[in-house]
Parts: sequence; C-alpha cells; structure tokens
Amino acid sequence: MMGIRNIAAALAMTLMAGGAALAADKPADLKVGITAFLSGPASIFGQPAKAAAEMIIKDMNANGGIGGVPVKAYYVDEGAGGEALLAEYRRLVQNVRADVMFASISSGNCNKIAPLAEDLKILNLMWDCGTQRILEEKKYRYVFRTQANAAPEMLATVLYLLKTKPDFKTIAVVNQDYAWGRDSWHIFHTALKAMKPDFKVVAEFFPKFGAPDFSTEISRLQALRPDVIFSTAWGGDLETFVKQASQRGLTRNSTFILPLAESSLQGFGKALGAGHVVGGRGDHYFLHPEKKNNPDFKKFVADFKAKTGAYPIYPVFHMSQALAALKTVYEKAIAANGGEWPSHEQVVDAMPGLTFAGLGRPVTIRSDGQGIEDQLLGTSVVVDGYDFPLMDNMMIFDSDVITTPVGKLSADWLKTLTPAFIDRVPVKTYSR
Amino acid sequence: MTLQLLALAIFDGVAYAALVFLVAVGLTLTFGVLKVLNIAHGSFYAMGAYITASIGGAIFAAGFSPWLAFPLMLIAGALVGIVVGGPVEKLLLSRIYELEDVLQILVTFAVFLILEDVQRLIWGGQPFFESSALQVLGTVDVFDITYTVYQLILLPMVAISVLVSLRLFLRRTLMGKLILAVTEDREAATSVGINAERVYFVTFVIGASLAAFGGALASATTSVLPGMGADMIVLSFAVVATAGLGRVEGAAVAALLIGLGRSFAVYLWPEIEVLVPYLIMLFVLLIRPEGLFGTTHPRKI
Repeated sequence: MMGIRNIAAALAMTLMAGGAALAADKPADLKVGITAFLSGPASIFGQPAKAAAEMIIKDMNANGGIGGVPVKAYYVDEGAGGEALLAEYRRLVQNVRADVMFASISSGNCNKIAPLAEDLKILNLMWDCGTQRILEEKKYRYVFRTQANAAPEMLATVLYLLKTKPDFKTIAVVNQDYAWGRDSWHIFHTALKAMKPDFKVVAEFFPKFGAPDFSTEISRLQALRPDVIFSTAWGGDLETFVKQASQRGLTRNSTFILPLAESSLQGFGKALGAGHVVGGRGDHYFLHPEKKNNPDFKKFVADFKAKTGAYPIYPVFHMSQALAALKTVYEKAIAANGGEWPSHEQVVDAMPGLTFAGLGRPVTIRSDGQGIEDQLLGTSVVVDGYDFPLMDNMMIFDSDVITTPVGKLSADWLKTLTPAFIDRVPVKTYSR
Repeated sequence: MTLQLLALAIFDGVAYAALVFLVAVGLTLTFGVLKVLNIAHGSFYAMGAYITASIGGAIFAAGFSPWLAFPLMLIAGALVGIVVGGPVEKLLLSRIYELEDVLQILVTFAVFLILEDVQRLIWGGQPFFESSALQVLGTVDVFDITYTVYQLILLPMVAISVLVSLRLFLRRTLMGKLILAVTEDREAATSVGINAERVYFVTFVIGASLAAFGGALASATTSVLPGMGADMIVLSFAVVATAGLGRVEGAAVAALLIGLGRSFAVYLWPEIEVLVPYLIMLFVLLIRPEGLFGTTHPRKI
C-alpha cells in the first residue's frame, strides 16, 4: 500500500523531472545552414567564405565545439535563384531542423529571407548582405546582422575621401546597374553632399551587370577628366573596369574610390597602381594593421592561402564574425541558463548586446539587431614582394558614430550630417 | 556635342562594332546556308575566348613572347570550329535539317546549355584576364584621349579583312561558289552533283571558327567569365535580325549601326545604353520586317 508520503515523493520526482526538461537536451550536433553564392559571378565571395567556414568549424570542433556540441554546416547555393533558395531554406529549417541559419550574401535574398526567418521563428544571422533597409524599416525578433551595412560603409568611404582629398571638385560614378549599384551611389552622394556642398557630378554611368566592355565609358571619362571616379562594382565587373581603365591611362588621371576593391586587389595585379582608395566593407584586410602580428591571425591567413591559393578577402572576415557570434551567443545563453543547453528562444534572447570578435575588431549587436563593425579604408600602394597592390595610409573608423542611430532611416539621417561631423568620428591611422 | 566628342563616339562605336561583327557574321553565314539559327554560336565565342585566355596566360607566364597571342587566336578559332563545331554539325544538326525550325532552335539551345556547363567544368567560375596581345600593341592618343591600338586599329582592320575575304571566298573560289549554289537551292544543287552535306559541314565549321576567333580577339580586351556567350549571342541575333538573316555585308552595316548607336547613347543618354541595340532592331524591323538587306522569298510549296 502506498502511503501518502510515497505519493508525495513520486509527485516530487515527477516535478523534478519536469523541471529538468525545461532546459533543452544537449543535441548531438549544432546544425547551421549557410547560404552563399557557390556559382555565378558572386561566387568570388561565396567560395572563399565557404572555405573559411570549413576551416573555422573544423578548428572549433577540434577544440570541443560549442558548449561541447560539434557544429555541422549545411551549405546552400544562392546562385540557384531566389525560389530555389527559399525552398532550400525552408527545408533546412523544417526537415533538417537547423538550429541557426546564416543568410545571405545578396541583399535581395536577405530581403526575402528576413520575413521568412521571422515566420519560421529561426535565428538568422545576415552574415554578408549590405542593404541597410531591412533592420531600419521593420523590427525583427529573429534576424540579426553580424556586420555593418551599406550606410556606415559608404559614410566611412566619404570620410576617408574628405580626409585625404578634401579639395576635389568633380566626381563621376560607374556602378553596376542593379539595386546595390544604385543604392550605394545614392547613400554615398547623400552623405557627401551633406559634408561637402561644393562638388560637381560630371557623369553617372550604370553599365549593365556583368558588362564585358567599358571602353566607351572610359573614353567619355578621359574627356571629362573628373578628379575622382567612384565605383562600388565588384568581382569580374570591377576587375574588367579597372584593367581597361589602366590600359587606357585613366588610372593616372583620376583618383578611383573603390569601396569593395579589397576583395579584388589580388585580381588587379599590376593594373590599379598607387594612389586609389580601397575599402573592404568593414575592417577586413589580410594585413589588418592591428592584427597582422597576432599569431592566430597570421596562422589563419597562412592556412587559408595554403588551402585556397589566395589571401582571405572580406567575405572570409564576415564568415568568421558570424561563426564567432554563433559560438559567443550560445556560450552566453548557456551561462544564462545555469550551464544547461539553452532553448532556441533563449539563444535569440542572448543576441542583442552580444559582443564577439572574428578575424577583425570586435563587433557588437545593437538592440535593433544591427552589428557595429568598424570600417577600414586605405590607399593603394605598389610594394616589392607582392604582385598586386596593398594598402597604405589606412584609417579605421569607429562605427558607433557612423552607424545610423537606432530608429532612424539612413536616407534621412545622412542628410542631417554637417562638415563638422568629419572631425567628430574617432579614427586611427596606420601606415603600411 | 562638340566635334571632339563626335569623333570619340565614332571611334568607340567602330571598335565595338568590329568585335560584334566578327561574331554576327559567322551566325548569319550559318543561317544563310543551313537555315538553322544556331544558339550554340555563343558557346563557340566563349570557348574561343577561354582557350586564348587560359593557354595565353600559361605560355606568357612561362616567358614566351606576347606576340604569340596573335597566332594563338587564329589557332583557337580554328580549333574550336573543327573540334567542337565539327561534331555538333556532323552528329547532331545533320540529322535534323528536315525538322521544324523550332525544334532545330531547341536542339542548338540544348547544345548551348551543355557547352556552358562544359566551360564551367573546364575553366571554373573565376574570371580570366589575359591582355598581353592588347598591351604589346601599345596605345595611341587621339584628341587627348588614350586609345589602345588593339581596339582602335587592329579590331576594325581584322573585321574589314574578314568581310573582304569572306566576300572573295564566296564569289571567287570553287568552295564558295558551291556554298552559294546550295544556299540558293539545295535540291537543284544536289541534283547537279554537289555534295550538300559537305557544304553544310564546311560552312558550319567556318561559322563556328569565326565565332571562336571573335571570342579570341575579345579575350584581350575583357574578362573571360561564365555567361559571356549568352550576352554575345543575344547581341548577335539583334545584329543579324537587323541586317536580314543570311546577309554577310548586311551584318557589317548592322553591327556598325548598333555599335555607333551604343556609343552615342553612352555620350548623350547613358541610361538607355543597353536598350539601344534592341531599339535599333525594333525600328528597322517595324519598317522592314525582312531586315535592312533581307529579301522576301516566294514560298515554295
């Protein structure tokens, strides 16, 4: 016969078991779905990023994974097109039961995925896409960005230009004819006009995406002789443009402002030459002035070069940041959960305010989900021992000040800047 | 627009037209004789470019003279024409000449897609840039604007010589006359003992070689990357349709028209640059549905 005391004990046992069940069971692995361009023109970003993810995850797992759980990555090709990407994304979340998603490189894809992630209630780290609008125009619970966005990237470019060449009079733009090409020029132009009212735009060219030939644009630019030529083109387009421009001597007559050129430096070879502004969408550079003597950083760069045959470029840094965020946020959530494996919601709760460091300077996630990532720009220089240009006169801008404040739209906020803003931004300068 | 800008726009337009013509003329020749609109033509163009850029890059890196780029281009053109174009005609197209036009286009489209993937398989997705041929010829200053000799002088000269030699070949040589006879009336030509199959084969190989040669020449001026074939085939169609299908000289005029239209657009109204070739085509076809130089054929029953 069971006494009242036994019943109470059984009840207590059940309650305790129930209480323990509140902490999620430690899974066999932590599944991460990563979308990246593995084919198409943007695979120049996706392939190095994937190689980096493989290296970093292997290293992480060799050192006990995250909270003792190994990380397992699933890769999705963004090059397969929007519909296929969304279907694969759903499949990874619903069937494979991915714990976290990293999406994506293309801003267009981020635009489509952010609401989907919110619907699926899956933590999504926008690890590389640039559009500032997603987190400015809508409040998301599950969507975060582990890097900067187009607004601080372009603003830092304007600041660098105004610090190094404040007296320029004329500017021309040659951007790819799609959302990024149009938007980046709009942001750059808005910020520039706010801080330097006296300049003239002498030509605006938007050759089609993937254009093989810029000869006519180059002739026109030679006739116009603008002081600076701005281009946010990337990949094959940027290489083609710079090489054709250099063959025709345009790189000797005008200063090029190339906010994405860090990713193409190795492809330029002898073409670009010295004296042009190079950016890398954050503080991303394989000779990062604050990191280049750090043994871990040096080892990663050397291993990456050995594995892929090339030095790491900014998508590699972005990938390292997303993976660092993943590790850090789980560790934070585990600590907050008394050492137990956290639920998905607990991990999401731990994201705002998170600080983590990938290969570059630490990044902090703001309350609106936007990452604060410092910005490095430099001037190209030709150096013995490298068969491509490096960066000199590097400046790293503090991004707290140059990221659009929470709750404001970049398009409006940039207009309120004044010439005095230039000296308000904390900056560190490094030579080669 | 000043006189200087006018001259510059003309130079740019002519240089561009020369390259487009080389590709379009092969397409129009193939269509004129085989009556097949060959979409795989774009692949031949891309393969010519890839072969020149990759082999060129390798041999120049090994220290050979950059002047070798020019014979290499000719070899790449012939190689693609014979090794790739030849089997496509012999094994595939020769079986479907009797079928409907739509089916023929679909078959060549399939070949195009297959060859696109073959290119990715062999050369990967990374762009090649090999401009030794262009650099070795140097630059020339016209009205204070630096042009490359390659684009301003060599390309138009090559285009003109291809046009002239094609014309001479078709009118003055036996093979050329055979081609013209088969083009005019295949049945009658066959009945007097002309080997039409052989004529088809030779024409197709010449057409494919011209496309590959165009690609080889283009490779010195641009990045060679996946998708370049698709862009070129669309543009070539615009040229060929504007000229009138099967018209060799017409292709030259249409290429010039489209090249100049495009460069003037960049100077005057850059926003419409990509539209210009198709606006010209639309305008011409509205007025002359058979194209600038096309002739209407009485339909045979």
